[in-house]
Amino acid sequence: MSETAQAPPMPLVHAVNVTKSFHGTEVLKGIDMDVDRGQVVCLLGPSGSGKTTFLRCINQLETIDGGRIWVDGVLMGYDDRAGRLHRLGDKAIAAQRRDIGMCFQRFNLFPHMTATENVLEAPVQVRGENKAQARKDALELLEQVGLADRCHAYPAQLSGGQQQRVAIARALAMKPKLMLFDEPTSALDPELVGEVLAVMRELADDGMTMIVVTHEMSFAREVADRVVFMDGGVVIEQGPPAVVISDPQHPRTKAFLQRMRHEEAEGHAGSAVEVPADDELTP
Amino acid sequence: MSPSEAPAEAPSAAPDRPGLIDAVPVRHVGRWVAVVVIAVLVAMFAHLLLTNAAFRWTDVTFPAMVQAPVIEGLIRGTIVVTIGSMLLGVALGVVIAIMRLSPNKVLSYTSWVYTWFFRAIPRYVLLFIIGNLAVVLPRIDIGIPFDFIATDLLGLSSSFRLLGFDTQQIGTSIAGGILGLGLSEAAYMAEIARAGILSVDRGQDEAAQALGMSRGKAMRRIVLPQAMRVIVPPTGNEAIAMVKDTSLLIALPLGTELFFQLRAIGSRTFAVFPVAVAATLWYLVLGSVFMAVQYFLEQRFGRGFGATKAPGVQPVVAVGQGGR
Ligand SMILES: Nc1ncnc2c1ncn2[C@@H]1O[C@H](COP(=O)(O)OP(=O)(O)O)[C@@H](O)[C@H]1O
Ligand SMILES: [Mg+2]
Repeated sequence: MSETAQAPPMPLVHAVNVTKSFHGTEVLKGIDMDVDRGQVVCLLGPSGSGKTTFLRCINQLETIDGGRIWVDGVLMGYDDRAGRLHRLGDKAIAAQRRDIGMCFQRFNLFPHMTATENVLEAPVQVRGENKAQARKDALELLEQVGLADRCHAYPAQLSGGQQQRVAIARALAMKPKLMLFDEPTSALDPELVGEVLAVMRELADDGMTMIVVTHEMSFAREVADRVVFMDGGVVIEQGPPAVVISDPQHPRTKAFLQRMRHEEAEGHAGSAVEVPADDELTP
Repeated sequence: MSPSEAPAEAPSAAPDRPGLIDAVPVRHVGRWVAVVVIAVLVAMFAHLLLTNAAFRWTDVTFPAMVQAPVIEGLIRGTIVVTIGSMLLGVALGVVIAIMRLSPNKVLSYTSWVYTWFFRAIPRYVLLFIIGNLAVVLPRIDIGIPFDFIATDLLGLSSSFRLLGFDTQQIGTSIAGGILGLGLSEAAYMAEIARAGILSVDRGQDEAAQALGMSRGKAMRRIVLPQAMRVIVPPTGNEAIAMVKDTSLLIALPLGTELFFQLRAIGSRTFAVFPVAVAATLWYLVLGSVFMAVQYFLEQRFGRGFGATKAPGVQPVVAVGQGGR
């Protein structure tokens, strides 16, 4: 098992036959997924198909029942000692997570800290960085997401879109190799979706490797290198967005995309606002 | 109602549209009757305090409050024991709460048994037991458990003990009081801390762990500071209750305590009531101090939750908009 292609450069994320059950219900039924360095992969699929669970498995917020996940060649959650897996302790798992940033649907900013404090918390507490330097870096990151002027604000004083951008800055502060986004715009008012997608788009342009669970079809179409369509805990179909979104093969993909298009046509304001933001960034 | 400071562009400026409301307020007759009744009662009480000869403010109450043994009892027995037992109670209580929430059954059950035991025992009885603990354990040594087995096996004469205490001496001291009241307090604080920890959204812990924090660090840096918002108000209650419970120290027995000292003066001078008033006044002062401390702690841990204003936020927004 352990000799699974260690020699040729492994993709940054290499997931093989990942299975996961909750109370006897299998939620992930053997997911395979490779994500190369610098790639943006969008995970699509109906609610309950296991997208969130898979993302959480990658950084060990859930333990998997079967299969293996490697990130940057490191087996996640276990130590492989001559073919026998040993579960890693809390500290070792925490160390593995440092290189993986995650953004949540509900932002999960630390409400008792200002925007700056949110961003510098992990560099100082986890990596032991000097506080003054971390503060400088934090301000730079906040500037990068367009929030330099709100650096002293507490999360409760920020709009949803601003909170999510702080959350992105907070994740970036650990200089991750991989960013996971779990429906980062689903909890936002439609007019705030564009500002968050714009930041993510810039991040993709800068070469960040990203796995993005999203229902924003135009983002998937324009930014993703590959879209993966999941349903019922399995990958149904995947490929370049031009192929999967425009010309889906599997009936379930077709049905899902049709539903999404229907919603968009019904005046889903998100896409309407996205357009100017897109223009700004891709002239 | 104060005159409104609505901005000029408010809609009320338009002709033949309803403008500012200047209505006659409702007359609250019942409230005014209540105010008069309260005023009369306060006047009667003040009259009683000032004119009743049994009070003896100047010759017993005030002098008793500042006598040396009373002050010593106040500082050592009441204030130090309150602070010490609350510190012990909070620290141990948080540990017990975390144990209670542990997936490990032994830890969570141990924590439950602790809470069950110490909540059931009256503090007076607990202090009495600690004062008499010497009956079963004349000495308490700190070292390697069951070291006598090893010394017997190896034929050694020395023991592996580092520190020894005379139980009788410890049990009836300030330390015994802090220990007894602190152990009891931990049982209550555990429940308070558990409620506080559970009040913090799970997403907070997950976000912290996703950033690479260990469980312990996520608890210390992210979860507990937020839990404090829920923990502080009932802890203030507990601290004030603890001030009063230090009068139970006599069960140890320990007389270096505010009420015991004042009562001693009372029985010596046959002025029982005036010294009870002296005790009341001191307890009122202590209660006020702890309430002030609680207020500042609430401000401190309410950061980000709207309890304090952060710099860089313009409060103008709420006032200026929609001026009616
Ligand atoms: N912690 C959990 N306990 C039990 N069931 C869960 C848990 N998390 C997710 N599930 C279930 O797993 C399935 C997949 O959930 P999820 O990964 O959140 O899907 P998606 O993100 O695609 O909407 C759902 O049926 C959900 O109810
Ligand atoms: Mg989800």
